[in-house]
Amino acid sequence: MSDTTHHIVPYRTFGLVLVLLLILTGTSVLVTQIELSRWASVVALLLASTKSAFVLAIFMHLKFDQKIFKIMAILIILLVGVVIFITFLDYAFR
Amino acid sequence: MSITTVLHDEHRDDVGSKLGMWLFIFTELLLFGGLFITYSVYRYNHSLAFHLAADELDVVIGTINTVILLVSSMSIAMATTAIQQKDKKRTLILIGITMLLGMIFLVNKYFEWSGKIGHGIWPGAPLLDDLGRGDTLFYGLYFFMTGLHALHIIVGLVILGFVFVFVRKDKLTFDNFQLLENGGLYWHLVDLIWIFLFPLFYLIT
Repeated sequence: MSDTTHHIVPYRTFGLVLVLLLILTGTSVLVTQIELSRWASVVALLLASTKSAFVLAIFMHLKFDQKIFKIMAILIILLVGVVIFITFLDYAFR
Repeated sequence: MSITTVLHDEHRDDVGSKLGMWLFIFTELLLFGGLFITYSVYRYNHSLAFHLAADELDVVIGTINTVILLVSSMSIAMATTAIQQKDKKRTLILIGITMLLGMIFLVNKYFEWSGKIGHGIWPGAPLLDDLGRGDTLFYGLYFFMTGLHALHIIVGLVILGFVFVFVRKDKLTFDNFQLLENGGLYWHLVDLIWIFLFPLFYLIT
């Protein structure tokens, strides 16, 4: 027996998230194809992060699941972020 | 004589099962995170070669594959909704659509890779020796990271294949669908990784 209550996410929510993800994808393609020089890569990565936040929250149910999953995911993303940050500190100050 | 009643207790722990899946996903994130760092550092050291090599990748095929994976992520997410609503037929259709999209992604990848190989570019190709270290690193990382990602798609297809059969045989039902949800989580992970691979290799030149 399952002792957890599951939140049923309506199809509409998933459909809306997909539309949003497609718009963000289109935007990142446009931004990088028109030469915006150095900011293009920053914008593309910010858009990718936004997209992944939606996938994690809605598609992967983090928004509706027990808090522990959300906390763990945030901690791991922070860990990866810190490692990336330290690596670049190392390369920037050599 | 005493009558003993045998209580048939099904030991199931959906939260534990999901927790295990998430822990596995975290190890995958760390694996690809390490590769992203490797990519960024080499890009930093060989920016011109990476710029020119990334320009050679086909943005159109990359964008098409992005759209394919995003739609497949939605369809597998919808499958969880369908099974909770006791709609077995729709659940099977949605899993089927997801698997079909995954296969189309692989076919695109096949054409993309064979195009590169046709131009004399593969890991360890003599042409790359002539092009220099930057190109060798770029294409080495390109083949390794997209290849490892494609391997994850294949594994995802196998997992979803099992899920499909289990749903069809009613082993997974509206009150017991954790395997479907875990399979979906794995598929979303594959999507998540691609969300970052796409701009890094195809868009940022």
